Amino acid sequence: MSRVHADDASRLAAGGFRRRFGRLTGYWLALPGGLWLAIFFVVPMIYLLSLSLMTGDFIHGFTQTFHFATYGHTISLYHDQFIRSIMYAVIVTVLTIVLAYPMAYWIAMRGGRNKSSYLLIILLPFFVSFVIRTLQWQFILADNGFVLGTLKNLHLVGSGFHLLATPVAVICGLTYNYLPFMVLPLYVSIERLDSRLMEAANDLYASKFQALLRVVFPLTVPGIFAGVLMTFVPVASDFVNAQLLGGAKTTMIGNVIYTLYLTNNDYAGASALSFTLMGVLLIGIFVYARALGTKDVMEAAAL
Amino acid sequence: MTTTMSKANSAADERYRRPKRRWTYYILPVYTWAVLLYLCLPIFVMILFGFNNTKGRYNISFQGFTLKWYRELFSIGGLTDALVNSITIAIIVTIVSVAIGGALGLALGRYRFRGKGPLSLVVFAQIATPELVLGTSLLSLFLTLNIPRGYVTILLAHIMFCIPFVAVTVQARVAGLDSSLKEAALDLGATPMVAFRKVTLPMIMPGIMAGALLSFALSIDDFVTTSFNAGQTVTFPLWVYGASRLGIPAQVNVMGTLIFVFGLALAAYSVIAGRRKKA
Repeated sequence: MSRVHADDASRLAAGGFRRRFGRLTGYWLALPGGLWLAIFFVVPMIYLLSLSLMTGDFIHGFTQTFHFATYGHTISLYHDQFIRSIMYAVIVTVLTIVLAYPMAYWIAMRGGRNKSSYLLIILLPFFVSFVIRTLQWQFILADNGFVLGTLKNLHLVGSGFHLLATPVAVICGLTYNYLPFMVLPLYVSIERLDSRLMEAANDLYASKFQALLRVVFPLTVPGIFAGVLMTFVPVASDFVNAQLLGGAKTTMIGNVIYTLYLTNNDYAGASALSFTLMGVLLIGIFVYARALGTKDVMEAAAL
Repeated sequence: MTTTMSKANSAADERYRRPKRRWTYYILPVYTWAVLLYLCLPIFVMILFGFNNTKGRYNISFQGFTLKWYRELFSIGGLTDALVNSITIAIIVTIVSVAIGGALGLALGRYRFRGKGPLSLVVFAQIATPELVLGTSLLSLFLTLNIPRGYVTILLAHIMFCIPFVAVTVQARVAGLDSSLKEAALDLGATPMVAFRKVTLPMIMPGIMAGALLSFALSIDDFVTTSFNAGQTVTFPLWVYGASRLGIPAQVNVMGTLIFVFGLALAAYSVIAGRRKKA
C-alpha cells in the first residue's frame, strides 16, 4: 500500500519536474549560446567604445578620460582612406550586381538539372583559403606573370605597364572575392519566381527585355538587397586585398585600423576608427533599408 | 488555351528560326561559363604552381613539373606548426559551436521564451557586423582586461562567430519540422532526453551537419578576426599572409591543394550520403 503511494508520489513529482523543466527548456537551450554572444560580441562593443575614449600610450597604459576629440582627430587624419573604402565598396557592389545578375538569371531559368552543379562550382573558391586565393591574383596580375607577361611579349601593352599596386588590381580582387556572395542571393530570389509571370508578360505583348525590366527585376529586389548587404559591408572593411594587391595609394580604412592596432599600438585611435566604421555602415544599412521599404528588408533577412 | 497555342507556335517557330537565333541564344551560357572559369582560375593556378619546379624564391613563372614539394611538404617548421594549429582550432571550434549553436538554434526555432526577440536580433546583428569590427572589439575587450592573446583567445573568437551560423542553419531546419512527433514520443512514455535523442536529433541532423561543415570552413579559413586576437600564435592563413612579402614557398600551394581536395571530398560525401538517405 505504502509502496504504491510512494510510486504515485514519485511519478507525480517526475511529471511536475518534466512540466517545469519543459517550460524552462527554451531557456536552458538558449543560455550557453546567448551568454557566449553576450560576453564575446555585445560586451566587446562596449569595450570598443570605451577604449576609443581613453587617452594614454602603450607604455604607460590607457586611462578613461572620455576624450571625444580622438574621433575628430583620427577621422580628419584618415578621411581619405575612409572615403576610398566607401567608394571601392560602391564600385565593387555595382560590379558584382552587373556580373552576377545575368549569370544567376541563366542558372535559375535555364540551369535545369545541373542547377546544383553550377552552384557547387560557384562555391568551389570557398574550399581555398581567402588569403591564398588573393595571393594567386597577385601571381596572376604580377608584372611578369602570365597575363601581363604574355601581353607584353605580344607588345599589346608597354613594358612599363603594371596592374599591381593600382586601384584596378584592388577592385578586381575585391570583386572576385565577393562575387559568390552576390550570385547566391540573386539566384535564390530569381529561382523562386513563378515562370507563369513571364508568360503573362509575353502574352500581354511585353518584349523579353521589358518583361525582364518590369516583371523580373522588381520581384528580385529583396535578393539584390541581401546581396548588397553581404558584399558592401565586408568590402568596405576589407584590408587583405588592399594589402596584397594594392600599394600606398590604395590604402583602405581596414589597413589603417590594422596598422594602428598591431603596429603603432594606438589603441584609442584605432578603436575610434572601427567604431566610426561600424556606425557609418549601420546608418548606411538603415537608410538603404528605409529607401527600399521595411517589408523587403524582412524578406531579405528571411533569406 | 492561348498559352498552349503560343507554346505550340513558338515551338514551331523555333525549328524555323534556330539557325538565325543561334548566337544570341549562346550569349548567356557562354557568359556564365566564363564567369565560372574566372571564379575557379585562382584554384587552377594554385594547384598548378604546387607542381612547379621553381628555383628561386619567387614562384611566379612555371618552370617544369615536379613532385618535390609534395615530398617536402613538412620541411618548413613554422608552416607545419601553423597548419597544425589551424586544424586543431577548427576541430575544437566545430565541436563547441555545434553544441552551443545547435542548442541555440533549437531554442529559437521551437521554444517560446522571454528575450527571444532580442536574442534573434543579436544573432542577426552578429552576422551583419563586419569581421573587422568583430575582431577589433574583441581585441579591445582583451586589451582593457589585460588578457594575454593566444591560442585560447583565437578559440573564443572563432566559437563566437560560428555560433550564429550554426544557430541559423539549425533554426531553419527546425522551423520546417512537425513538433507533434516529439509530443507523440513524450505521450508514449519517452523521457524528454530519450525523445530528444531518438526523435528530434535525427530530424535536425542535416542542419547540424551543415552547421558543422560551415563552422569548420569558417574557422580554418579565418584571417581577419584571428589576426587581431592571435598574439604570438600563428595559424595557417596568418603564416601565409606574413610570408607574402618574401615570396610564398610552393608548400603553401600544396597545402592549399590538399585542403581543397579534402573539403571537396567532404562536401561530395555529404551530398551522396544525403541522396542515399532520401532513396
